[in-house]
Amino acid sequence: MVVIRDLFRFSPSFRIGATILFFILVLVALSFFSPFAPDRRRAVPRNKEPSAEYIFGTTSTGQDVFWMLTFAVRNSLIIATVAVAIGRSIGVLLGMTSGYLGGLFDRVSSSIVDTFIVIPRLPLVILIASILRGHMTIIGLAVLLGLLDWARPSKRYRAQILSLREREFTHTGIFAGMNTFKIVTREHLPFLIPFLMADAVSGFLFAIGFEVTLSVLGLGDINSQTIGTQIYWGNYYQSLLTRRTWVLIAPVAASILVVIGFYLVSISLSTYLDPRTRLARMQIQG
Amino acid sequence: MTPTAQPANIVEVRDLQAYYMTNAYGVERTVQAVDGITLNIRKGEVYGIAGESGCGKSTLMRVMMAAHKPPLTVVNGTVHYQFNGKKLAALFLGPNDQRDLRWKEISYIPQGSMHVLNPVRRIQDTFNDFISAHQSVSKQDARDMTQSYLQELGLPAKVLAAYPHQLSGGMRQRVTIALATILWPKLIFADEPTTALDVIVQRGVIQLLQEIQEGKDSTIVLITHDLGVHANLANRVAILYAGKLVEEGDTRTILKTPQHPYTQYLIQSLPDLDTRAARVSIPGRPPALDHPPNGCRFHPRCPHVMEQCRTIVPDMIELGAGHRAACHLLTEGVTNAAPAC
Amino acid sequence: MILFREYILPRLIQWLVVIFIGVTVTFLVPRLSPVNPVAQAVGRASAFQTLSPEATLALRESLMDLYGLNGTIWQQYINFWKRILSGDLGPSFTSFPMTVNAMIGNAIGWTIGLLGTTVIIAWILGVILGGLAGYFQDRWWSKLVENTLIAIYPIPYYIVAFVLLMILAFYFPIFPLVGGASGAPGFNWNYLSSLLKHSFLPALSIILGATAFRFIMSKALASTEVSSDYVQYAEMAALPRRKILFSYVIRNTMLPQVTDLGLSLGSIFEGALITEVVFGYPGIGNALYVAIISADYNMIMGVTLLSIVGIATASLLVDLTYPFFDPRVRYR
Repeated sequence: MVVIRDLFRFSPSFRIGATILFFILVLVALSFFSPFAPDRRRAVPRNKEPSAEYIFGTTSTGQDVFWMLTFAVRNSLIIATVAVAIGRSIGVLLGMTSGYLGGLFDRVSSSIVDTFIVIPRLPLVILIASILRGHMTIIGLAVLLGLLDWARPSKRYRAQILSLREREFTHTGIFAGMNTFKIVTREHLPFLIPFLMADAVSGFLFAIGFEVTLSVLGLGDINSQTIGTQIYWGNYYQSLLTRRTWVLIAPVAASILVVIGFYLVSISLSTYLDPRTRLARMQIQG
Repeated sequence: MTPTAQPANIVEVRDLQAYYMTNAYGVERTVQAVDGITLNIRKGEVYGIAGESGCGKSTLMRVMMAAHKPPLTVVNGTVHYQFNGKKLAALFLGPNDQRDLRWKEISYIPQGSMHVLNPVRRIQDTFNDFISAHQSVSKQDARDMTQSYLQELGLPAKVLAAYPHQLSGGMRQRVTIALATILWPKLIFADEPTTALDVIVQRGVIQLLQEIQEGKDSTIVLITHDLGVHANLANRVAILYAGKLVEEGDTRTILKTPQHPYTQYLIQSLPDLDTRAARVSIPGRPPALDHPPNGCRFHPRCPHVMEQCRTIVPDMIELGAGHRAACHLLTEGVTNAAPAC
Repeated sequence: MILFREYILPRLIQWLVVIFIGVTVTFLVPRLSPVNPVAQAVGRASAFQTLSPEATLALRESLMDLYGLNGTIWQQYINFWKRILSGDLGPSFTSFPMTVNAMIGNAIGWTIGLLGTTVIIAWILGVILGGLAGYFQDRWWSKLVENTLIAIYPIPYYIVAFVLLMILAFYFPIFPLVGGASGAPGFNWNYLSSLLKHSFLPALSIILGATAFRFIMSKALASTEVSSDYVQYAEMAALPRRKILFSYVIRNTMLPQVTDLGLSLGSIFEGALITEVVFGYPGIGNALYVAIISADYNMIMGVTLLSIVGIATASLLVDLTYPFFDPRVRYR
């Protein structure tokens, strides 16, 4: 796509972000070639420092940190993807209907959305997750996270729709007699899809951050490998106090890289889409 | 409006070329906003600049004030000031020199004075800001200065304690004019001071400008597309088109016997209450200045276009008594006696 | 009066609605979960010792009573509200007979102290840094600060806290690993200095995250302000840079950031909770963590309720100060 090519050539943040994400994806791909199953304990000697044989060392449960990390990254990304899909679907639906319908529906739903934005989510999620403790699965966690992050996105989509409705080309379309569906699909969607992309990427940030936070507290799926549960188990076995820090450094470093990668891609995409830079960027006609 | 016979120039512009140059994501774009303009502004006159939107008037004014910032770049040409007998190269002044000049010698009344006042500061405080930036006065002195000046201009004193959003548009415009002239600058640039105001307020603004100019014999450079305002205020008028100066002269001469086809169109489109004849509007649209037409920039819309107009840029021709125009028709010795008003 | 009607009243109503929804959701969650907390508790109790059927029954009954699970859903709901409104958050299950109120009472001072200082510092720092970066966009220090904070912003609070812990308390043990202070509480230097030492890293951690967030929004706003008509005009009049930066740019960027502070209090609070867990700081976050481990549901619920009410109220108070900043709302 032209967009990706332009971004890669001219936006350093995109270059860095995309490169980081590329390596993350390599890690995910490697997970399918792991010689160790993620739930198999005592697969390797325990508590070994990083060496040529075990690149990031081994854990107290006898698992290879590196290979477990590949699973962890994969699962965390799966959780984030599902969560973003759910959250953005609700957000898009709500935001767009609100923006298009306007009137009473818009005012009522906007007030509801504003109320939900204020409610602090972490204590609530902790309440839910601790009651479900021990029964939490990866998908369950993903659904839970998805149901948390629709309010702010719906506001943003609504704002986009409202601004699109007022643009010249919409009025032109209405005058030309296009029906609503055509206007939405032909005129508005080309603007919305890139916006959705940039917004979805920022949704990943929230989902990954929350997954790590919850799992670290032991409220995620502690029987699966995610970035957060790796840290959880590391703490469980006192890796800090026993100076076996390699167990923790790998997932912490991975989490930092993942979020920074996503964030850089997200902001470079938003800058590119910003109408002000878009004007400067327009090709010279004729 | 008293035409002065003083030949002393306060601003001299020579061959000025100023372009907007942008480069984003590998796309370079150059807009030739001001392309080779030469003119003089005489001390004590009201000099009008007219033209359609997008013709480069605001850009020209910006560069004349040396207030241009990237992506606006001066590619060629000079601008000189003459203050207190000294000639200054405007484009090469350092920030300290500029600060000394601004507001005390040169001032600016902006287009769209709706929003030039800081919305979270009271009018009095804004005046204080602007005054104390150029004169060391106590807050009380600044307040007294402001009060007496507003009184002189006939603006109500209660304006001082108000916030900008509490004032009407017309009042805000007049306050802005007061703000720009409170230190009695010798040279005032006014960019569309009457646009977006209703006629009654327009009249008030015009009168205000007249009073200020006559009171201290200041020079005003007035930009507006509204020839009626020029007719009221300006001693001389310059017509700009697509970044080039196409005609210049006494207001009366321009209005009565315009020589350039574009000027003739502009004047023809002025409403005339006497004859109810149909108004003619200029066909076509002003050109995009990143790819201006070759030769005379007006040729795509000109009713008298000739072969050479398409390729050769017309020179500025002196027509006598300070009247000049750039049109190939004039070199042929053909003076256009097209109907004016 | 108009101010009240058009601005204050809707905010008050929203505050009430948020609290209402918060209490209701907190009420419903344990009751809607597929897991029965009473059965869980009984199961756990009988895992360590065999209980006679009477004992099990008695345990179950007292648990039902404690949990407020007697009666119909509607009755439970009413009782719940009654309890909440009388300020009673019930007994702690695992630290019986300590009440949730008492446990929160011990911890809340620490959290408020931590939050109170860090929120304000982070907001001021973020607004000013963002204003500077937005105004002086091409300077090298502006880009440096921006790139650093852009890297910090997306990192979850837990990770930031953990990295700080590793670097400054573990590898280079400058700061203590755990705790709030050492020694007996009192206004003596020993205690106060240990207080500062213990709270430094948690505070730094929160400030980093919160400032990064504030900076990004502030810079974006400042960049827009810089191209506004009144800033351009002030620059043309050669007003001193400092005056333009503070009275024209930042003063105007403050307005949306006051409202945004109200909205972001929730996330800073969440960050503080997690940071306390990392540093073993004896505030609400740590209390919550202990409650999670010991399955003290009443405690968890109590903290959840308190958080919702607390954040909603703090957000309301912040919003109510907005008219002081924006004359356009104050004088219509």
